[in-house]
Amino acid sequence: MMRRFFIVFLSVIVSLWFLTPVFFIVLASLTPSSDYYDPNKILPSSLTLDHLYKLFVTLGGGKATLTSIQVALVSIGISFLLGLPAGYAITRYVFPGKNAIRLSMLMTRSIPLIVVAVPLVVLYMRLNLADTTLGVALAHASMILPFVVLITSSVFSGISVEYEEAGMVFGLSRFQAFLRITLPLALPGLAASAIFAFIMSWNEVFASSILTLTNRTLPAHILNTAMASPDYFKFAAGTIMAIPAMVFIFFIRKYLVSMWGITLK
Amino acid sequence: MRRKWIPFLLILPAVLYLAVLMGYPLFETFRLAFTSNEGFFGNFRRLMESGEFWNAMKNTLLLTAVIVPAQLILALGLAFFVNWKFRGYTMILYFIAIPLALSDVTAALMSYTIFSPNGYLNKVLMSLNLIERPLYFFGYMFKAREFWVIALTEIWRATPLVFIIILAGLQSINREYLEAADLFGFSRWKKFTKIILPLLKPSIMSALLLRTLFAFQIFGVVWLLAGRDIPVLAGETYYWYTFMNDPKMASAYALVIALVTIIVSWFYITFLRAKHLEGAR
Repeated sequence: MMRRFFIVFLSVIVSLWFLTPVFFIVLASLTPSSDYYDPNKILPSSLTLDHLYKLFVTLGGGKATLTSIQVALVSIGISFLLGLPAGYAITRYVFPGKNAIRLSMLMTRSIPLIVVAVPLVVLYMRLNLADTTLGVALAHASMILPFVVLITSSVFSGISVEYEEAGMVFGLSRFQAFLRITLPLALPGLAASAIFAFIMSWNEVFASSILTLTNRTLPAHILNTAMASPDYFKFAAGTIMAIPAMVFIFFIRKYLVSMWGITLK
Repeated sequence: MRRKWIPFLLILPAVLYLAVLMGYPLFETFRLAFTSNEGFFGNFRRLMESGEFWNAMKNTLLLTAVIVPAQLILALGLAFFVNWKFRGYTMILYFIAIPLALSDVTAALMSYTIFSPNGYLNKVLMSLNLIERPLYFFGYMFKAREFWVIALTEIWRATPLVFIIILAGLQSINREYLEAADLFGFSRWKKFTKIILPLLKPSIMSALLLRTLFAFQIFGVVWLLAGRDIPVLAGETYYWYTFMNDPKMASAYALVIALVTIIVSWFYITFLRAKHLEGAR
């Protein structure tokens, strides 16, 4: 009985701690400005979509959102195309230098994009990639790629190699066995990693604000322009950024723990 | 033999890509940082002579020193709590994971809704008649308060990452060890210190490594909530690049971040390696 009570009590505290800020920003983004600036009103007397609408249409938030989505999709495409084979190789093959490669992947994760963003601009100018969506996507892909290699290798290691071998006994080539047997089994885990990669790109602000001027992603746009606007626009911006991310995490919550189980082991 | 090359061929594209998009710019950062009219170390001399650099260094270190231990303790507590697997624990797990999906920009805006002069904290306190006029948490007159709001926001935002890694470690502990301990009549405390904690060490170390590295890159939360009232290394990089239009100084700052990052990872990894080998033999 005591234990039950203790669990409920802790659950409430934990939920309040993690949900209150989210609740407040959504509420603030829907509060009419007169109510927001009235110190005696905690809860608004009515709700409005005005701020969200203005942010989307007048302040360029809609365009920035589209850019964000494009950047995220392209960078996921690149990083999975390159990272998936590498992740597979790390799980299924024994070869010299394997641990060094894993370790350097992890180290690359720790090189801040801040460090590489500045010279990237120079490189991009030469390649005519400056201020383009593709340029940001390439930079994000370099941030996501090491993550994809590590996570996919953990996903693949969760699928017994014997299934593949059984397929090969029945005359499939290694590649066919991978395509027909391992890949379908790995798909849910890979999808979860892709969603997480999406969120990483969706949230990245530093490289996007340095690499672009006119084609900014949503966080970069907000960091650079919407910050000069009144408070309630900032809250509308925060809400737009928060909601898709929260929805995505909801879908992959089952995989979160297994995805992070691999770190540094 | 042909087969020997397969794994290398599979890895090659990823490595090449990273070499071009991470390696080359990294090399360029070095070149830029060491280029100046005042000689090889010109930028660094300028950096060292400016009070701002030391201020930024101090603030970054202070924030790291406050944030990382707090996150570790909170995350450990949360991980043990969720690992009881009571009814409805998946829902709690989701609530805890929410900040994982939020950017530092969003987290900063969230804490701004609470701590701004018109924010909810002030509104609540005023309606309870505890204060007469709003408390100010931002502005360079209130640096100490700003610091704590930033620390609180970062703790809120990034504890879940530590939590997830530790929970994953906790769930991978073989139940048989604990059952054996029960058989030998280990107390709860003894089970915790003699079995769970040692087995959890690799996870704790990875979490600490990741979090310390990211703490040195702290940018969005500070920049949005305090601007340059509280300078940090990454913020100064951004400032020198965007506002002062000086890529060389920005590169020098970036290189300092990279250097600190490398030192920290080296420290953790040698430490971690040693522990790992001990465990394996």
